[in-house]
Amino acid sequence: MRAFLPIAVVVAVLAAVPLLIHSNVVLNFLVVTLMIALAGQGWNILGGYGGQYSFGHAAFFGTGAYMTAILQVHYGVNAWIGFAAGIAAGAAAGAIIGTLAFRAGLRSSYFALVTLAFAEVLRILASVAPITGAGVGLLVKLDLRAQSFQFQSRVIFYLVILALVAVSLVMAQLLERSRFGVWLIAVRENEDAAMALGVDAFTVKFGAMVLSAAITAAAGCFYVQYFLFIDSGIAYGAWISIEALLTPIIGGVGTVFGALVGALVVKSLGEGAKLVTGDVPGLDLMIYGAVLIAVIRFAPRGLVGAFTDARAHLARRLMTSRSAIKEVARG
Amino acid sequence: MLSPVILFTAVLNGLMTGAVYALVALGLTLIYGVLHIINFAHGALLSAALFAAFFAYQKFGLDPYLAALLIAPAFFALGYGLQRFVIGPASHGDDRNMLLVTLGLAVLIENALLYAFHADTRTIDLSYGFKSVDLGFTFLSLPRIISFAAVFAVALLLWLIMALTDTGKAIRAVAKEKLGAELAGIDVAHIYAMTFGLGTACVAIAACLLIPTYYANPKAGDAFVLIAFTIVVLGGMGSVPGALLGGLLIGVVESLAGFYFGESLGQLGIFLIFIVVLLVRPRGLFGVSA
Repeated sequence: MRAFLPIAVVVAVLAAVPLLIHSNVVLNFLVVTLMIALAGQGWNILGGYGGQYSFGHAAFFGTGAYMTAILQVHYGVNAWIGFAAGIAAGAAAGAIIGTLAFRAGLRSSYFALVTLAFAEVLRILASVAPITGAGVGLLVKLDLRAQSFQFQSRVIFYLVILALVAVSLVMAQLLERSRFGVWLIAVRENEDAAMALGVDAFTVKFGAMVLSAAITAAAGCFYVQYFLFIDSGIAYGAWISIEALLTPIIGGVGTVFGALVGALVVKSLGEGAKLVTGDVPGLDLMIYGAVLIAVIRFAPRGLVGAFTDARAHLARRLMTSRSAIKEVARG
Repeated sequence: MLSPVILFTAVLNGLMTGAVYALVALGLTLIYGVLHIINFAHGALLSAALFAAFFAYQKFGLDPYLAALLIAPAFFALGYGLQRFVIGPASHGDDRNMLLVTLGLAVLIENALLYAFHADTRTIDLSYGFKSVDLGFTFLSLPRIISFAAVFAVALLLWLIMALTDTGKAIRAVAKEKLGAELAGIDVAHIYAMTFGLGTACVAIAACLLIPTYYANPKAGDAFVLIAFTIVVLGGMGSVPGALLGGLLIGVVESLAGFYFGESLGQLGIFLIFIVVLLVRPRGLFGVSA
């Protein structure tokens, strides 16, 4: 149980935020940040723990978003059922793309390319197909009631996305401690060696892909409920593929809190830049690019990794200085 | 039913477009062949080069074809510096990190352009921009004929560099066997940077060939690069003849598909080819091994 204590503390602190801060701007910022953290946590399962760097997680975000929106707009399905269906659709997209890509044995650059291509194909299809609203997009009808997954107060939305993020944190923690997680990390470190030891690399990567896609799809479903609008550029655009991989890499790739830390840092930097210079297009993304390169250069294990390294280093120094003092005292 | 003349014109136009695709792909495949990574910053560098060619004409009245003689060396230096001082040191010798750094560069460059020049689309007016050549049965745009010829001149030049110069030999040695080349005294970091520089110079020349009939915009390079990915995969990653043939082939496919199904679906056709090739024959049509 002790392993889950940090998660409980972090979630409790975040849950207390609306008690102290009532600003809608801040709450809106936090909702969007947590949504990106959720999408990033999805990427982190496959990319961070499994070492399969997808450049097209928009495929899952968008599929979840469109499934939720289409079911509500065209078929009048309840939003909560739509939400669950969206996650299932994202997982199914992950299963299909995962089967194709991993059966073909695509790794590294090839895997990055094929995921990117799938996201682009879906974007083009969504920009012409009538069911997705083609170029216009889909508007979900405003209906501020809990049973249609819409809330008058932003606080409720905030608590909902926080709960989803909390679930994703627990999932990563469970993964780390499970046999499946160990197999996945083994595949990341050396796929051929893992296979030689009897790990079924295909099944492990496939499972990680489905879980990863489902989590990122949940972020897409939430997007639709929060903004009540989706179009092909948002759903399948490169922005979400990039933010989904940016957050865990900056925060700490293959760590439980990496995506959350990364999203908080990246989004704060983006908003901070906007405050300083006004809303100039391109500036926030420029900073994201620079931070990404700087983190890989100077802290390849991300901020969480750098923090644990620093703590271990400090502990070691403390130990040696303590034993030195003892030596002197004895001496 | 369409007349054969119209069809033939579509094929010719496809070949013209395809030649520029091939040049962009050539840069990409060269870098892949040696560094074994896809350079995701390729498109952003193409956009930057389009702006360079645009401003060379706008501010100094330099004809794009002449400007190429300046922009290509400048972008060679830029590419060399990026690999030597940014991508190389930042990636700690890990392929996945290298991919991410090039992606970070792409985001950085593209948005720096957006920040500096906004999203406006800029074009230049050249006296020969709309000139066309009468082939008897159809007309072809003059700038596109020039670019078609120039692409093959560049490919020949590149081949000569690879075949005859010491740097070219060193590049081929590193591509074949990195460790062996290093043991033989080749400075691999330098060769990596040279290769990256050559790939970037290809993009700069492509930009100068494009600007008479195309436009500069922070995202202008993206469209070409997604196509270049397809070409590189189709032709076999690292294969130079594969990139040339693949480029021409994709140009024709796009032209015909656009003709029959409309523009956006023509693009879809390219991506479907891309995915099918990746899944069925990832080493491409001419590649030796994946």
